[in-house]
Amino acid sequence: MSESATPGALAAGDSIALSVTPDRYVTVRYAGASGDFNPIHIDEQFALEVGLPGRILHGLWSMAQVARAVGAAAGDDPAALKSLSVQFRGMGVMEQEMTVSGSVSGVEGGVASVKLEATQGTTKVIKGAVAEVRVG
Amino acid sequence: MALPIDKIGKRYPPLLYAVGREKIREYAEAVGETNALYLDLEAARAAGYADLVAPPMFVVVYASRAFFPALFDPELEIDFAHLVHGAQEFHWDELVVAGDEITTTLEFKETSERSGLRFDVFESVSLNQRGQTVSVGTWKNIIRREA
Repeated sequence: MSESATPGALAAGDSIALSVTPDRYVTVRYAGASGDFNPIHIDEQFALEVGLPGRILHGLWSMAQVARAVGAAAGDDPAALKSLSVQFRGMGVMEQEMTVSGSVSGVEGGVASVKLEATQGTTKVIKGAVAEVRVG
Repeated sequence: MALPIDKIGKRYPPLLYAVGREKIREYAEAVGETNALYLDLEAARAAGYADLVAPPMFVVVYASRAFFPALFDPELEIDFAHLVHGAQEFHWDELVVAGDEITTTLEFKETSERSGLRFDVFESVSLNQRGQTVSVGTWKNIIRREA
């Protein structure tokens, strides 16, 4: 949640931030909730066999953290988020803090544009995220 | 292996998803939502909503199921074991609340290849029971080609 932005009144230059540490079973709960049971997220041995460092986070879970950060900064209005576009980059892992950070690049016609990214340590899990937020 | 360029524009049968109150709560908890409108029925009703509200990213729950027929469509020749989610975009219009019935149609939009990687783009369009658009998704997948 932003320290500087007034909820629901995002202005150019306002910053957005959220930190979350996924626990080691989050991918299991997210698989059940979302219906994405790809074994790279829930089966440690399978993940290792296909050359991953272990089970990895679902990209769409990480995207949901970006959406959550924007939603909180927009005063928890469920209709505020107009669009969200992300690029998945590094692999997200469990039990390491993820930080979502961004800033409002401009407001035009009742829509704020927000640029964001999500990182874990030096890994960019999501880069080049752009959110459009209804502020009118 | 040739790209399935002649399948661009292929659409898959609409998929109907009935949005359940407990499914919204399960999803909201799995992503760490704390907004009471997604978790507390009384709070949602007190705020003027007909039922529990689905968070925007709940689109994943009702729309991604429309993908299964495409991912396993032999005509698209998708190597599922080497599939990576490259990028994602969603646009949202009407809010979704528990009790809504959402119909999602998926279309194969683009396929291309560079540097030994295949890039596929799909578009999902989801409508509610009143025919209003609730969301449009652009799903970009990368398939690593066998050397």
